[in-house]
Amino acid sequence: MTNDRLGKFAGVLARQGILVAFILFMIGFSLWNARFISVENVFGVVRSSAILGVMALGVTFVVIGGNLDLSVGSLMSFSAIVVLDLHENPAFGPALAIPAMFAMTMAIGALNGFLVGYLRLNSLIVTLGMLSAIHGLTLTYSGGQNMDIANQQATWFGIFGRGTALGIPIPVLIFAGLAAVLAILLAKTPFGRKVYAVGGNEVAATFSGIPRARVVFFTYLISSFCVATAGLIQASRTMGAQNTVGQGLELEVLAAVILGGASLLGGSGTVFKTVIGVLILGFIQNGLLLAGLEFYVQFVVTWIIIILAVWLDIAAKRGRLWSPIA
Amino acid sequence: MQRMNTTDLIKGGAIWGFIVLELVFFSVAGSFWSLSESAFMDFDNMLLLLKQSAPIGIIAVGMTIIMINGNIDLSVGATFALSAVVMLDSMNWPIMAGLGDWAIPVAWLLALLTGAVLGFINGIIVWKTGVDAFIVTLGSMLGFRGLVFMYNGENPTFHLNWTMVDIAEWDALGVETPALVLIAVVVVAWLIMTRTVHGRNAYAIGNNREAAVNAGLRVGPHMLINFVIIGTLAALSAVAFYSASGSVNPNDGMLFELWAITAVVLGGTKLTGGSGSIIGTFGGVIAIQLLRKGLGHIGADTETVNLVIGSILIAVLFLDRQLNRKGQEELKV
Repeated sequence: MTNDRLGKFAGVLARQGILVAFILFMIGFSLWNARFISVENVFGVVRSSAILGVMALGVTFVVIGGNLDLSVGSLMSFSAIVVLDLHENPAFGPALAIPAMFAMTMAIGALNGFLVGYLRLNSLIVTLGMLSAIHGLTLTYSGGQNMDIANQQATWFGIFGRGTALGIPIPVLIFAGLAAVLAILLAKTPFGRKVYAVGGNEVAATFSGIPRARVVFFTYLISSFCVATAGLIQASRTMGAQNTVGQGLELEVLAAVILGGASLLGGSGTVFKTVIGVLILGFIQNGLLLAGLEFYVQFVVTWIIIILAVWLDIAAKRGRLWSPIA
Repeated sequence: MQRMNTTDLIKGGAIWGFIVLELVFFSVAGSFWSLSESAFMDFDNMLLLLKQSAPIGIIAVGMTIIMINGNIDLSVGATFALSAVVMLDSMNWPIMAGLGDWAIPVAWLLALLTGAVLGFINGIIVWKTGVDAFIVTLGSMLGFRGLVFMYNGENPTFHLNWTMVDIAEWDALGVETPALVLIAVVVVAWLIMTRTVHGRNAYAIGNNREAAVNAGLRVGPHMLINFVIIGTLAALSAVAFYSASGSVNPNDGMLFELWAITAVVLGGTKLTGGSGSIIGTFGGVIAIQLLRKGLGHIGADTETVNLVIGSILIAVLFLDRQLNRKGQEELKV
């Protein structure tokens, strides 16, 4: 009896392992250094994680739908460059630059969705190709130049990256608000259930009358919307951007999503878990910095944590630690 | 293997047809738009192209083996950088100074060993934990890069040894060392994949792992060997490249994994495993480098290259699907 209960408890522990590890990590670091849990520090971490986090929210949809999106890093550079350029364009100004940038970014997202959803091309290669193509597009658009806002005092554009409301940084509010909306969309609406169905078993979903192509298309549209939001925060925070500002983010975003427990095979994961994944990455980075370690130590720690998290997750599902591969 | 119908022939020859097309296009277009006097098809230009293809090409060969086996390796760029750092840094060790020029082969061996060990780490994790190779190597891409930074901070690592530079720039009939290494790697890998039991088993495992297990194959060791091979090849690529330049930045090799995968896919290897060829990958590598050089030759901006390569990758995927439509694949949904 006790054994049974213990086993169940261990099972829950393993399944919620990442949450448990996160809480233990937070408690441990807080005991070690009280500054770690201070309000300023927590806001600081969440604010600096917001860009990665917002992108991860969108990628969560794509991954649950059974696909990958490696183009988010390139696309984020694109949106940041475009919004800054249009901001400087007298015909647009900030008020028009933002919707125009969203439209352009989401048009590319729609192209991703069309290729993967309707043409059924392999998402890894399509978005890999798009990574390269969008990077080329960005460079062509900017002529290889960095973009800057010339008169930074005269614009309200900085509010998205630098502003605060009620003492809370705006990027944190955007991240939290978007997370809440997308969590409801994924968990409480028919569309959300269809995303799980398509990612979990494509054939069964098709036979149940779920329009696979359309669902996949919308996951990419959501992803590109999130990327545009992240690009806006990035551009607004620095009031300038390089062509490569988002380079390499695609894999970090994916790491956060996987850390949150979404399976690359699709059909599992939640918005909440992705947020946890993002926060873990952010707080590890912050904790290691507070501990006086160089920033790059976090890469090694992240590596170990990703492998352990996914390993324990699978081990709990198959009921044994080591893989059955002969 | 036995059924070679027209579709297979088109697919197998597609990459070479594409290369010929590129050559013709850039030669003709070049005579109108090029600013340089020399022709695009110049023999020296082609030799240079082969040399420039070497770093990505050597890695792409390893990636082909990994992908035929049904896995993927995203950590090759970081492995490339760490091996280069080990190679150049080791030559600065006091103990190596006593060896004179014998320090060079020792440093090379250390670099190759580094690559093999990193590949072994990936392989053993994939084998023993059962975590998908995509996730394992995504993690180690970050982790290995972290090790690069931990080794020497954000500073470049350098060591200049003229003997080593001479070896790296030595040529046989105009073909320089990196190009020779690339050709040797292609030939050896082709022999391994087509003429050995390991190669045949790698195809079998990639094609249908369950069937391979039922047939009595030991899946794990084969995957492990392949990861060691790609790690060693990433290191070999670093050896071929950095022996000449003598200086490595901690960010070097970033996105190499994506370039290598692009070349492999252009060469006709399937992501799902079980099919593909080393020769096809060689074609893919050449095609990409030809495109880079060609666009530069006709005066297109370098930024256009990314746009064109990305579009071609997607177009190839689309065409491949259309060609396969009438096959059995359609039934798999």
